Amino acid sequence: MSLSTNGAGAMSGATGGATGRLSRTIRDGRFAVTAEIGPPRGCDAEAIRRKARLLVGWVDAANVTDNQSAHVRMSSFAGSMLAMSGGVEPVMQLTCRDRNRIALQSDLISAGAVGIPNVLLLTGDHPRSGDQPDAKPVFDMDCVQLVWTARWMRDHGRLLSGRDLDPRPNWFIGAVENPFAPPERFRARRLGKKIAAGAEFAQTQFVFDVERFERWMSEVCDLGLGRRTAILAGVGPVRSLRALAYIRSKVPGIHVPESVVRRLRGVPPDRVAAEGMQICVETIQRLREVPGVGGVHVMAFGYEKGIPEILERSGLAQRRQPAAAGLPDQQEGSDRAR
Amino acid sequence: MRIQPLLAAIRRERVHHGEEVEMTRRSTQSRVATPAPDGSVTGEVPGSTLWPRPTTPPTSARALYRLHRLLEPNRGYARLARWLEAHPRAYRAFTRTEEKVKGHTFNCQMCGQCALPATGYACPMSCPKQLRNGPCGGVSAEGMCEVYPEEPCVWVVAYERAEQEGREADLTLLQRPIDHRQWGRSSWVNYWQGRDDRLWTEDDGRTSSPRVRAADETA
Repeated sequence: MSLSTNGAGAMSGATGGATGRLSRTIRDGRFAVTAEIGPPRGCDAEAIRRKARLLVGWVDAANVTDNQSAHVRMSSFAGSMLAMSGGVEPVMQLTCRDRNRIALQSDLISAGAVGIPNVLLLTGDHPRSGDQPDAKPVFDMDCVQLVWTARWMRDHGRLLSGRDLDPRPNWFIGAVENPFAPPERFRARRLGKKIAAGAEFAQTQFVFDVERFERWMSEVCDLGLGRRTAILAGVGPVRSLRALAYIRSKVPGIHVPESVVRRLRGVPPDRVAAEGMQICVETIQRLREVPGVGGVHVMAFGYEKGIPEILERSGLAQRRQPAAAGLPDQQEGSDRAR
Repeated sequence: MRIQPLLAAIRRERVHHGEEVEMTRRSTQSRVATPAPDGSVTGEVPGSTLWPRPTTPPTSARALYRLHRLLEPNRGYARLARWLEAHPRAYRAFTRTEEKVKGHTFNCQMCGQCALPATGYACPMSCPKQLRNGPCGGVSAEGMCEVYPEEPCVWVVAYERAEQEGREADLTLLQRPIDHRQWGRSSWVNYWQGRDDRLWTEDDGRTSSPRVRAADETA
């Protein structure tokens, strides 16, 4: 498969239109930082604005999750709008689990219309693992097909049906990958498929095993994918042994190596949270040295207020001007990069 | 090519698989869905067919790649396909036969647009999410399915089978979203008439639309 049509220019060409801060950071080759905001189970708009305000100035953008783990929550579309009004650029997550191709295209158009600058397109967890296992799983398309459709909508101004889309949307398109799940030898090429289909940035599953991640990353670079897309490594603090047990047994696809388990179990109970933060900080510092890594994606469920501390201790201290509320940062990239 | 030994091998493996299927069914029935305090049922309901179950074909990929050569489109098959479509009763009988054969071997769901030749002959429609472009991120460290933890992920199986035959590049082809109007139709009849030519593409999808049955193309 020919992955590259016009070599290194492919990426700058494709992102040329996108106007968000995340796309500019990536286009300028600076280290990108994203975080995650989980919408509430309830109609509390302030809950999202509050989480967004904590992140202003610290991150390039924040993902707003789409009914994550198949649990019913406020939609990622409304959540993204509220995040914008809280001053943070959103990455609207959109899964194939709950929508057919009509609804997916419609939601993508909506995101374009209200100025959501980034979309992250995923398959989504199966309803089996959620709070509504009696729901009908949709999966009309898969995430590769959705990324392809989104790029087709943006670059050709056409819907899947072939009908015109006027004016065209302008989002920056993202995808995800899990470097640790079998079949391991296929995972880098699977990311290659998403990039071929149109993904311009990719966020990974939690990285706890940096050596294994490095091996995957070198495969990604060997395939020439690092030049065409920014890989943001997923990280997050494990703040209790209960959380550790939960992510090891209940969350599909997360790999925690024995060395990390030993470190967390080896400290007194009141020190587990601090040790978890320390492991997270060290992981970020090591990931910054891994060739090809374009940024980090910090996931701290229910502990968003700890994100600035993690970033500061990792040497990614407040380095950007806060964005004006609801508008992408207009200031052009300078030498604030590290 | 000698076809008799091949068919005998497939038959032998099916019989063996039949026993396995029986055992799986029994072990499934012994698991009981647990009602939550609010009365809702969590997880899998035994015997439910809503979520497809990943299936490892009993027949080797090598045998199936060989068998495929016998089914490649030609003028005779195209004529047969046209004749079948003109005779609804014959079409129904033919489709039922296809369903039996492929259902037994691949847990075929009769989507009518077969991806098997590009997936190491492990059916992606037997994935509970029916992903046609590769595995999801929920595969366990042991390679098991996120939805059916007792079954190997069909994409792990597909990768191993394709790799053994040196066909792992097939898995990087971009697969288009399927046409849901084809459910229950004969994929052989569609294949022999060239309707499957756009199911996947070898390029990066920049110049051709993601739609399978697209009349319009933007260069």
